Amino acid sequence: MANDVKTATIDAAGLRNGVWYSHKGNVYALGIVLLVALGSVWALAQDLRWIYLLVYVWFGLGYGIFLQYGRFCMASAVRDLFAVGVPRMAVGMLIAVMLFSLTAALVKVLGVSTFHPHPLGWHIIIGGAIFGFGIVFTGGCATGSLYKSGEGNLGSMLVVLSISFSQAIYVTLGGWLNKLVPASWTQSAVAKDMPAELTVGNGWFDQFTAGYIWDLTGGQLSDQLGFEGLFTGAFFGNALLGAIVPSLLLMIYLYQTAYRKGYQRRFKIETPRLGDHLRGIWSMVTASRTTAIAGLCLGLLAGAHMWATGELREHYGIFNFGEMLVDMGHTAGLSIQDTVFDPGYWYITTQEAQWGAWALDKAGVQMTDNIFFGLENGIPNPLINAPGWMSIGIILGAALLALVRHEFRWKVPSLETAMFAIIGGALMGLGARIALGCNIGAFFATVTNGDLSGWIFLAGMAAGAWVGVKGFNWWMEWRAGDDELAI
Amino acid sequence: MAVKFEKVSDGDYLLDVTGYVCPHPQMYTKKVMGKLESGDVLTLIFDNPSSGESIVAMCDSDGNELLERSDESGTFRWRIRKA
Repeated sequence: MANDVKTATIDAAGLRNGVWYSHKGNVYALGIVLLVALGSVWALAQDLRWIYLLVYVWFGLGYGIFLQYGRFCMASAVRDLFAVGVPRMAVGMLIAVMLFSLTAALVKVLGVSTFHPHPLGWHIIIGGAIFGFGIVFTGGCATGSLYKSGEGNLGSMLVVLSISFSQAIYVTLGGWLNKLVPASWTQSAVAKDMPAELTVGNGWFDQFTAGYIWDLTGGQLSDQLGFEGLFTGAFFGNALLGAIVPSLLLMIYLYQTAYRKGYQRRFKIETPRLGDHLRGIWSMVTASRTTAIAGLCLGLLAGAHMWATGELREHYGIFNFGEMLVDMGHTAGLSIQDTVFDPGYWYITTQEAQWGAWALDKAGVQMTDNIFFGLENGIPNPLINAPGWMSIGIILGAALLALVRHEFRWKVPSLETAMFAIIGGALMGLGARIALGCNIGAFFATVTNGDLSGWIFLAGMAAGAWVGVKGFNWWMEWRAGDDELAI
Repeated sequence: MAVKFEKVSDGDYLLDVTGYVCPHPQMYTKKVMGKLESGDVLTLIFDNPSSGESIVAMCDSDGNELLERSDESGTFRWRIRKA
């Protein structure tokens, strides 16, 4: 790397000034490890079946560690590309996509894939665009906000809160919003003859879900191309054609538009040949070693997570964690089908919506007369919300590494940052609900499993982020005014 | 807490974005580097770790030289010379 300067960094292990425990951060990090270990032992001592929930915690911890290690925030994949011309995170994200696609294919061949394709429709690009606009102002995507919360960033915690409550509120809103819903959606939703307590005819999100989403179809590339062999379908159809080839094409595009010029100037290449371009692409991939390593590890971890949950479902003979909760006597907060949100892989926004809904429910607000919570996801107590524990695991994992690296700091947001966090978070929540997921659930988990709807989400997110960057630049200019030294 | 940009002496500038998260540090850095003359040095202070990755990449891409990196207790103090 050209800017490989000597640094005056304190030794990361904290050993320079004595033994490891002389640095408080290391002690707190050990405390997190012990907390998770003892909590896991305690839960398993109560009932071994809690291992299903603990798998989410442990993988969340792993995600958090690698996200913090690689400063891995998918928001910057599109935002920094447009704002400052840096493809670092976009490259890291594509590395993670390629690795996860291979591990997801292996999990599919093993017969324990938990993936369900998303329905294909206009909602994906619209939701992606709203989400992409929001992430420019919040400083991170939904996952990025979790790991930054683990670094002590109170602004990122505000983003998480805003995403949680905004989603919970959006899916329950009716009233005048009902008038904006196309009549065809209302008719189609009502015709589904859903249980009366869900009041499907009242609430824009219910009509959007039952009257529009449920009428759409989606699928995996292996099925759409008619690959009958399990191995061929999973590895050639889903992984290679659905994820790896598009990722490589995007990498070439990133090299051409955001990296080539600087690379040629640094290495004084005036008339580049094919070999120069290939070395340039490799230089782009390895320019941020930590991001590339994080991408590799996150890709592997995401596949292993899907495999572990799939194996546990096989072992316990369940399709959804709700069945296990009923057997264990925990029936409060389940949907009317006795289900809870349980994706079986890395997912972020829905469990945050459940947190918000649970809090509002405790405050006396009716939160279950809708499809999203009442029929599908439930609003379980956060203590037994398995994917919710994955999110908490991400925060703890990131905190652990940030403490060891001496990077943990409580950061109080300014009024401006807090305002961006709340408004941007609300937009992210809206976008995620419309697109049926964030950059993880609607993009990362889909494209890696041969569901091309994720690439449409990425296109929408990129378009929204481009507009967001224009808006952010305008905001900076407006604040600066005419002062030469003002910025 | 506000972003601080000031001229310390001829050819020597200071940008303090402590307390700000993405995308503020990298976007303000890009904006400030655009204002400086070739050879000017910017002292950049920030405490958002992920911004550092983007700022290194910006320096590489634009040919600006990262003269010094002091990363202590989560506060980063970097000196960048404009190409």
